[in-house]
Amino acid sequence: METDKIHRWHDMGGQPAGEINREEHDFALWEKRVDALQVLTSTKGYFTVDGLRRVLEDMGEEAFETMTYYERWVQSVNQNLLEAGAYTIAELAERMEQVQSRGETYGECAGPGE
Amino acid sequence: MPHDHHDHSHETDGLSPSGHPYQPDQDHKITRWQTMEIAMRELLIEKGIITAAEITATVEQMDRRSPADGAKVVARAWVDPAFKARLLENGTEAIRELGVEPGVLKLIAVENTSAVHNVVVCTLCSCYPRNLLGLPPDWYKQRAYRSRVVKTPRKVLSEFGLELPDSVQVRVHDSTADMRYLVVPQRPDGTDGMDETALADLVSRDAMIGVAVARHL
Repeated sequence: METDKIHRWHDMGGQPAGEINREEHDFALWEKRVDALQVLTSTKGYFTVDGLRRVLEDMGEEAFETMTYYERWVQSVNQNLLEAGAYTIAELAERMEQVQSRGETYGECAGPGE
Repeated sequence: MPHDHHDHSHETDGLSPSGHPYQPDQDHKITRWQTMEIAMRELLIEKGIITAAEITATVEQMDRRSPADGAKVVARAWVDPAFKARLLENGTEAIRELGVEPGVLKLIAVENTSAVHNVVVCTLCSCYPRNLLGLPPDWYKQRAYRSRVVKTPRKVLSEFGLELPDSVQVRVHDSTADMRYLVVPQRPDGTDGMDETALADLVSRDAMIGVAVARHL
């Protein structure tokens, strides 16, 4: 997508763009949980909405075009929590490996839930 | 698709009660990002930063919020001029009167009249009055709407099926991270005898974003 040099990619007001796709989808549980993690940890002071946006914007245009909304959000929330010292990258990597070893699907890997 | 395909996807099987396809969730191979969400959530719970109950409650609150909350505010503004004045003066305080918690964000209500039509966008990201309308529709967050509605609003509105006469001025409001807009649609003619509950049923999500008007009888 062509943009001028004055605006960063996310500043897209007035830029050329195609048709509006009005299809909608209901959010999946994992997406709502990402949203909830953002709401709860930012409310508790771990980061601000500006921090959330800073990572989303730095992710760049390709991420915007190729990843879903909450795929981008989970990365931004994670980056902000790492920076705030909520957990370390080693702890995250170890836990992700463990989660993945539990099964094939989100349901299996997420366990029985709360 | 087999022969039973309909132009109106709302009639198709496999859709949610609100008429949308479910996002694949539990029965597909887990993605890296889903794995990350589970891992983050578990670590945050174990470290005592959040509780599982808080997550459940937050997701439930998200599910409870819907455009009906915003519609309630609009209907009250239609029947109560003093409330409407307070809403337009200070939206944040006014919605508290109806039990809607505005959170930390400033709410600005903008009123449609026979001379002015308002429409809301967030060109920079996806700011949306979720306390009043629930989570935003996909198109609100996409490039096409964000880019074009500020430049050719009448064209965009016509794509939503809303044709405005030239005599109506269109105002496009660009949200920021610290404040949210709510469009107060015009009350349709012929609704004089209706109570608030019936009036609220005329107010759709899209009307409060400004890409539609209130339903006429």
